[in-house]
Formats: sequence, C-alpha cells, structure tokens
Amino acid sequence: MSSIVDTRGLSCPQPVIMTMKGIDKKDADELIVLVDTDTAKENVSRAALSRGWEVAEIQRDDEGYRITIRKEG
Amino acid sequence: MRNILATKRGIIGVGLAIGVLASLLQFWGNPANMGICVACFVRDMTGALGLHRAPVVQYMRPEIIGFVLGSFGAAYLFKEFRPRLGSAPIVRFILGAFAMIGALIFLGCPWRALLRLAGGDGNAILGLLGLIAGIWIGTRFLKAGYNLGPTHKTYSSVGWIFPLIMVGFLALMLVYPAIPGETQSGVLFYSVEGPGSMYAPLAVSLIVGLGIGFLAQKSRFCTMGAIRDLILFKQTHLFVGFISLAVAAFVTNLVLHQFNPGFVGQPVAHTMHIWNFAGMMLAGLAFSLAGGCPGRQLFLSGEGDGDAAIFVVGMVAGAAFAHNFGLASSGEGATTAGMVAVGIGMVVCLLIGFTMREKIA
Repeated sequence: MSSIVDTRGLSCPQPVIMTMKGIDKKDADELIVLVDTDTAKENVSRAALSRGWEVAEIQRDDEGYRITIRKEG
Repeated sequence: MRNILATKRGIIGVGLAIGVLASLLQFWGNPANMGICVACFVRDMTGALGLHRAPVVQYMRPEIIGFVLGSFGAAYLFKEFRPRLGSAPIVRFILGAFAMIGALIFLGCPWRALLRLAGGDGNAILGLLGLIAGIWIGTRFLKAGYNLGPTHKTYSSVGWIFPLIMVGFLALMLVYPAIPGETQSGVLFYSVEGPGSMYAPLAVSLIVGLGIGFLAQKSRFCTMGAIRDLILFKQTHLFVGFISLAVAAFVTNLVLHQFNPGFVGQPVAHTMHIWNFAGMMLAGLAFSLAGGCPGRQLFLSGEGDGDAAIFVVGMVAGAAFAHNFGLASSGEGATTAGMVAVGIGMVVCLLIGFTMREKIA
C-alpha cells in the first residue's frame, strides 16, 4: 500500500520531517513524496536511504518532483 | 543529472574550499579571524549605507554581494531558480533581526565562530556551545510541530529583486570607491580604522564570494543545518562540511602564521563567557526557527527565495538597532543593553516557537 506525503511549499527541514514521519508510521511500505525544490529532493532521498528505504523512482513534473520511496526487502 | 556537490565528498570539498579561502582572505586584507563573517559583513554593509553610524564597521563587503550573485548564477545554470515567497515574512524579518543582535553580542556568525576557533580564539568555544544550545532548543520546537507554513510560487521578477539590489550595491561601490583617509565617498560611508577599514582588494573579495556562492548553492552548505540535522536526524552529511571548513582554515592559518591560541586579546572578540554563549544561543535559535544559517539565507535569496531575502533584510535592521542602541559588543565586552536585548530576543523566539505550530494528529 502506498500513501502520498505532500511537502510542496514547505522549507527545510519540513520535507525530511514529514518523510521520516511517513516512514515511522509503518502502515505503508511505499511512499510518494511530492517536493518542489532540488534541495528537498536530495534531502528526502538521503533521509529514505538512511532509514533503509530505497528510492524507486523520481519523476519530474510541473510542480517539482514526485519521489517514490519503498521499504527494502 | 547527479549533483556531485551534494554528495559527501562534495560537501567536504566545499567546506575545505571555504575554509582555505576564508583564511586566505584574512591574509589578503580582511580582519583577523574574519575572512568571511556573514553577520559582521552584513553589519558592515549596513554601516556603509549609513543605516548605523559606528565609524569602525562601515564597508560594502563584496563577498556578500558575490554570495548572492554566485548562487543566482548557479541556480540559473542548473535550472534551480524557483521564485517563491509568502511563508510568514514578518516572522522571518524578526528572526533575522534577533539572529543579528545575538551574533553581534558574540561578535560573529557560525562561520566566524569556526574561523575564530581555527585562529586559536578560545572564546569561540563558548560561542559554538551556545550555537548548539540554541539549535537544540529549535529542534525541540521542530519535533513539536513548529512550522512557518508554505511558500507559494511567484513571478520570476520577484526572485530577481534581491540579486538586483546586490548589483546596485556593487555599482555604488564602483561609482563611489574608498578614498584613503576619507570616511565618506559619495553616498557610501567607509571606515578609516577598525575592522571596517580592513579588506582584501575588491576584485579578489568579489571573485571569492561568487565562487563560494556558486559552490554553496549547489552543495546546500549550511552551518546551522549541520548541527540541526545531527541532533534531529542523526545525519552527518552537512556536519562533515562544517568540520571541513574549520580544519581547512586551521591548517591554512598554521601555514600563514595566523594561528595565535588564547582567550585574552583575541582580534574582534571579548572574554565574557556567559555572553559569548548567550549571544550565540539566541542566534542559533533564530537560525533554526528560520531554517538556515545567515550564509544559507543569502544563497537561498540568490535562488529566488523571497522569505530568505526578508530574513537578510531583518539582519540589516538588526545590525542597525545593534549599533544605534549600543547592543553590539566590542573588545571590551558585552553591554548592559546587549544583555537586555538577548533576554528580549529569547522571549520573542520562544514565543514564536511555542505559538507557531501545527496541531499534531
């Protein structure tokens, strides 16, 4: 099951805090994180990797990026 | 495209580059242990414009102009220029003002705290401990849901405003250059003694500033984020950049004979330990509530972040108050008015932290 975390418009460190919260909820093994800056894209990816998740896909759209992160294993 | 500067090696490289360049700027003419100090330099620019009239700290620092324009260039080159604004601007203004007041009671921003340490100034240890304490308080608020709310996209021209102001300041410097022995040149004020009278050649300062602005935009270098991420997420990414800056400046200082260990008689510093700690605690808390150290706010301003620009304008206002009201410390130590200002600043920042948070579900 996947859920969406929308961090667009929020500045550092909110995107990472929200991603971490999504990971810690443990009710999804896939999260789609929406970000609107390159900094947030890098920070969210780094945060996911640090929690043992993988960055499955990064799609660029008009608003920024749509990052799919997935629990490994 | 992978961003090499945002990797671990990248951020270490950027930290090392800033450390070496800052130390070299001192060798080339900038004040001792002040190769780059974002707070001090913004304060000097405030003086150059006559918004405060402390005679020893007036100079339009090209490094700061370079920081913004270098970041602006990098953001355009890599298609990262994102004009945005609207996240609690008045709060960011106040945070910028109190961050500046706190920094001027310690006598330096986080960058200068590292450079002071790298130059042997033991008082910097108290400042760094205060910085950590302030950021730690900030992380408690972040954990409790503190959030200044979202920005929204805006017109490209809005993102150009702050970089264009910097171009204007550079133009003023070229039209009204320093005249030896004169305190005024056209509309600009200059120092003939004190730290404001010590500066590297304009072209050198500007080129170094542009280079650092470019590198820092791409690497997201942030001294506050370094400590915050370590406390909040146990992440060392930005922290290794922070340490690299100090190590590089230390080694360069040794080579250039700029390392003088001790507490007493250090350049542009005082030995009132409690107020070195408290000033930086206030600054650290304000930086963490605003989401970036003063350098990072300049780099964000360059990539179109209007809220970061408001923080910098708040720093200018804070610098003016700090000198007009006698809040800023000197080599003699902190002033009574400065101590009161730290208290007021802490109350204001704590109120911001307590009242501006979302309900946690």
